[in-house]
Amino acid sequence: MRDNRSRLSPAARLTKWLVSSPPFAFLLLFFVAPGIIMVFASFRYPGEFGGLAPIIAADPNTLHGFTLETYRFFFGDFIYTEIFAKSFLVALATTLICLIMAYPLALLIARSPKNRRDLMVLLVILPFASNFLIRIYAWMILLGPQAALSLLVNGLLGAFGVAPVRLLFSPFAVLVALVYVHLPFMVLPLYTNLEKHDPALLDAARDLGANAWQRFWRVTFPLSLPGIFSGSTLVFIPVLGMFAIPDILGGTGDMLIGNLIKEQFLGTRDWPFGSTLSIMLTITVLACVWFAARLGGRRRRHA
Amino acid sequence: MALLEIKNVTRRFGDFAAVDNVSLSIEAGEFFTLLGPSGCGKTTILRMIAGFYLPDSGQILLDGKDLADTPPEKRPVRTVFQSYALFPHMTVAQNIAFPLKMARCAPQDIQKRTRETLEQVRLADKAEHYPNELSGGQQQRVALGRALVSHPRLLLLDEPLAALDAKLREEMQLELISLQREVGVTFVFVTHAQDEALALSHRIAVMNRGRVEQVDEPSKLYGFPQSRFVADFIGHINMMDAQVIEAAHGHTRLAIPGLGEITAPPVAGVTAGGLASGAKGAFAIRPEQVRIGIHGEAAELKNHFPGEVRNLLYRGDVTVYKVHLANGLMVEALLPNSAPGRAEIFEVGDTVSIGWRHDAGVFLHA
Repeated sequence: MRDNRSRLSPAARLTKWLVSSPPFAFLLLFFVAPGIIMVFASFRYPGEFGGLAPIIAADPNTLHGFTLETYRFFFGDFIYTEIFAKSFLVALATTLICLIMAYPLALLIARSPKNRRDLMVLLVILPFASNFLIRIYAWMILLGPQAALSLLVNGLLGAFGVAPVRLLFSPFAVLVALVYVHLPFMVLPLYTNLEKHDPALLDAARDLGANAWQRFWRVTFPLSLPGIFSGSTLVFIPVLGMFAIPDILGGTGDMLIGNLIKEQFLGTRDWPFGSTLSIMLTITVLACVWFAARLGGRRRRHA
Repeated sequence: MALLEIKNVTRRFGDFAAVDNVSLSIEAGEFFTLLGPSGCGKTTILRMIAGFYLPDSGQILLDGKDLADTPPEKRPVRTVFQSYALFPHMTVAQNIAFPLKMARCAPQDIQKRTRETLEQVRLADKAEHYPNELSGGQQQRVALGRALVSHPRLLLLDEPLAALDAKLREEMQLELISLQREVGVTFVFVTHAQDEALALSHRIAVMNRGRVEQVDEPSKLYGFPQSRFVADFIGHINMMDAQVIEAAHGHTRLAIPGLGEITAPPVAGVTAGGLASGAKGAFAIRPEQVRIGIHGEAAELKNHFPGEVRNLLYRGDVTVYKVHLANGLMVEALLPNSAPGRAEIFEVGDTVSIGWRHDAGVFLHA
């Protein structure tokens, strides 16, 4: 058989180039270029009124040129590592809760009659039809001190003589909203995976003596690992960089990496340190993805 | 007592009776085949034996015990699925060990029996491969090994050879026969391929529209079909409308419209004088029982008629002649090409004489 990939006709080569170059150019311009700018920015001094200090200064007594100052600062204060660790744990918790909540739902949709599945998937993605911020603000009302949920919880706590708690502006509120927003990103890849499973495999497992529990753990679950990996990636990475939800629903102590970075650019206007934080975040995310890919790749040999 | 007893089983899907009042009895050690066109209910019966469907009425007894309350995972019955349904995330060895693990066998026991089964299905060198790295025939053998490793009382095979090409299919047929002889497990085999059923089975149940038409050994089924459906479904056959003139004293005289009178063997199950003259039915005769000769040559046969060769198909080992008779009937005759000088002695348009022995063919009621 002729290898079509290496022997493209000139017309086919032109088509390939025309189709692939716009997205390539887009990514180059808005992804790679800002990334490089950020790396450079992280090695410079902050400007006097925000922005960056010049590389070559007119007055040699002002700050200028390149420095490792921001990195020294980052590793010098334990608080930043702590915020990183906390963000990592919050992202992990969100991912796990999403997984535990999404799995039964995805399974239910995948095992429903074909004509009902589309409607159910539509219902899962329906929240995307309304604005993200509006949905977050809605949680402010739902978790507010006068909301039914708060009254119920505090009523119960009061009955046992425990002091009332505040649901809003707490790590709890942040976690609830993070799970709420990212749940569909876990459901969809899981459903896509589970829907492809051959039902004959479960019949076979049953025929060979496996009870319902064994059928799940020995057949369905291992076969759904690729879906779990992609769903987890889709939840974990955005949560790690999320700032809007902790900003709106979190208390003063609920700062995550995203808030810290946002603060550097918009609050203290320390661009170099903001860039450093961003780069550290990117490195963390890449490390996580690499780890997940390795973990997933080991099992994917047979798929 | 039969190993498996199916008593008056009916299973409906909506208004459609997929299995309609079927009774079968399968002996231990038998290679039993359910044969029929698609939609005849054979797979439904198989799934009821496995436990995936429950009968709407009737009973399925294994060793005399009703299986109605036993779920599939508890039945000593294993299935080889049409798609094999091998677990893609497990190696060949893990696939075969699966039922032993589910039964919580001791680890050293699992290892020993898995190894034995791998040898048995000749896959010892593929133990650590994944199913997608195997050929169709090898996957088939994994499915067989996985189903046999826990020594079931009954092995159900759902068209297991349908996905294989012709050559491999014949190979697997021979392998199935020797495997069944070796392990001694009762096989219930489902197929729509009549040649496969004839080649493999001890007994065959021919099914049509949810009912069993005939249960018999392959040679009886082929030689003495009891209904038009069976005669037509198994192999090739010439069928002509016929009317009984006389049925008694070890022979049957039939009238075939436009052709005249023929002599046929006694009708099975009819005692002397039992079949009323004038009863209508069909006379059926296999192409290989029909002789063909130059005009007048078949005259020594009791039943002989002139005809004209309209078509011939040279098949290598045999030649099939389609001969047009005076009454407008087309009769197929098979001539082996092995006899020297016999090959293709007739051409299209030749006037020939065809005939058959008085003890060949069968009369089928209505």
